[in-house]
Amino acid sequence: MIAPTVAKEIDARGSFCPGPLLELIRGVKSVAVGQTVAVLSSDPGSNKDIPVWIQKARHEFIGSFPEQGYTRFMVTKTH
Amino acid sequence: MAERMSIIQFSGTVDKLMAASTLATGAAAMGLEVNLFLTFWGLQAFRKDQIRTNTRFSADFAEFAEPALQAMQAKKVPHWLDTLHGAAEIGNVHVQACSMTMELFGWTLDDLDPLVEGTTGVASFIEEAKDDQITLFI
Repeated sequence: MIAPTVAKEIDARGSFCPGPLLELIRGVKSVAVGQTVAVLSSDPGSNKDIPVWIQKARHEFIGSFPEQGYTRFMVTKTH
Repeated sequence: MAERMSIIQFSGTVDKLMAASTLATGAAAMGLEVNLFLTFWGLQAFRKDQIRTNTRFSADFAEFAEPALQAMQAKKVPHWLDTLHGAAEIGNVHVQACSMTMELFGWTLDDLDPLVEGTTGVASFIEEAKDDQITLFI
């Protein structure tokens, strides 16, 4: 799979649950359909919360990519 | 009909207000409507003249109050009211004041944060909450 171009990257590191999820939702709202948003989170809760939200909101989960001390989550807005 | 979570907010301590605003955000994110019914100290916490200065903490954990409040400040945890405003921004959040508490203490809606939409009685709250998927007393 070719990694999609990120239209918006949000650095939510240091922010606590539910901060990173809130930032991701705002980010997805702010971009156009078909664009991809990335959020960086150091909150362990995000590992479950973000994929669950993406599924519920019926967007496309590109994946979660662990980095040093945080995880990058990528989602493409589908509607 | 949309799924809904109703919270009866009785406590006015910041630890419990934080829990309520975090749960409200999670529910709003997952597409549930959120109804917040404020009564007694939970309603007092929404008074404009006290919102930002309130440092009350659950008395059962009084010895942890100071370190917990300090940690929240040091780690820049958002104020519970800001978290609740965030929930209202992403979802459908309704906040109502208990009419009995309002009358008892002689408060008006002007005394409260604008997030509080109106005043309601216990029967109409129950009528709305009885079919909800989640109901909490905090």
